[in-house]
Amino acid sequence: MDIKKIAVDLDQLDADAREGFDFDHQIIPGEEEVLQISLRGREEIPVYLTLTDTQILCISYLWDESEIIEETKSEMIEMMLDMNIPMPLSSFSRIGSKYSVFGALSLGSTTEDIAHEIVTLSDNALDAIEVMSDFLK
Amino acid sequence: MSLLKKIFTAIRGGATEAGEAIVDANSIRILEQEIRDAENHINKAKQDLTSVMAKEMQAEREIEGFKKQAIDYEGFAIEALNKGDEALATEIAEKIAGIEAELALHEESKTSFSAHANRLRELVKKTERQLAEYKRQLTMVKTTDSVQKATSAISDSFSNSNSKMMSATESLERIKKKQRDFDDKLKAAETLENENSDTSLETKMKSAGIGPQNASASSVLDRIRAKKGA
Repeated sequence: MDIKKIAVDLDQLDADAREGFDFDHQIIPGEEEVLQISLRGREEIPVYLTLTDTQILCISYLWDESEIIEETKSEMIEMMLDMNIPMPLSSFSRIGSKYSVFGALSLGSTTEDIAHEIVTLSDNALDAIEVMSDFLK
Repeated sequence: MSLLKKIFTAIRGGATEAGEAIVDANSIRILEQEIRDAENHINKAKQDLTSVMAKEMQAEREIEGFKKQAIDYEGFAIEALNKGDEALATEIAEKIAGIEAELALHEESKTSFSAHANRLRELVKKTERQLAEYKRQLTMVKTTDSVQKATSAISDSFSNSNSKMMSATESLERIKKKQRDFDDKLKAAETLENENSDTSLETKMKSAGIGPQNASASSVLDRIRAKKGA
């Protein structure tokens, strides 16, 4: 399984499997190739897909450390911990100074599974920003 | 030190900033080497186990053979005694003593082979657990490493594209606005469609002579004539 094949397979999915969304994607070159997937209408918050030896990782960045209202930070983090299990398929994390939601899939996942993960992750990212906006500048 | 602890310490030490590896490349190489070593140990132990088990089985067969021989010779000894041949009975008894000594020796080896086989089975199990642990750790290291590299590729591409990084709330607002615009357009299109279907109904009614009719030239002329005549 490689990033390019996933990109091609996603392109060939029918609208049903993409849950009504159109996907745009581009491959970001680098030491570790990343597939950037934009859901049409949600270009501002793309989903990034990378492969490791054991899993497919889908990540969306939420906000930067600098966007958090300092006094509310610990409450925000506690909320994120509490929300982690109720949030379907995704978990909160932080990479460097960026808070994120991510989901991990088995390398044996079907293209439909990946598309479902991408759409769910995007939904979760938007919901998370909305519900956490009280803690953000 | 467990790998999770190493990662914990590195993150606590602030090693999450771009460019700084949480887990150095050496750890991956060391773990991969440890996995290869463990796999070799398991293979070697399994080969040893096979040969020890074969020896164990062979000892078992020989023990059975000696036991059978001892019983047979005891029968011969009784026969010799019955015939009153004391000298032959003694000779047979010496033979039996020799067989029993061999039997004891083989039982001893069999016990030692069994113990060795059990030790090897334990070793295989223990090494397999160790191998699974190394593989789990390697997954952790490689995932950490991939995510870090992916993140730096993403932020590089972002700074190359010159696009301004929007805040989360700004992004969400823009996405919602696009959604509202789309909904509005959809609604407008719906209204337009409804109006269009109203118009088509009116056309049908008109051609059937039902409802308000447009004034035709002849009806206007009639009206003017009527005025003029008045």
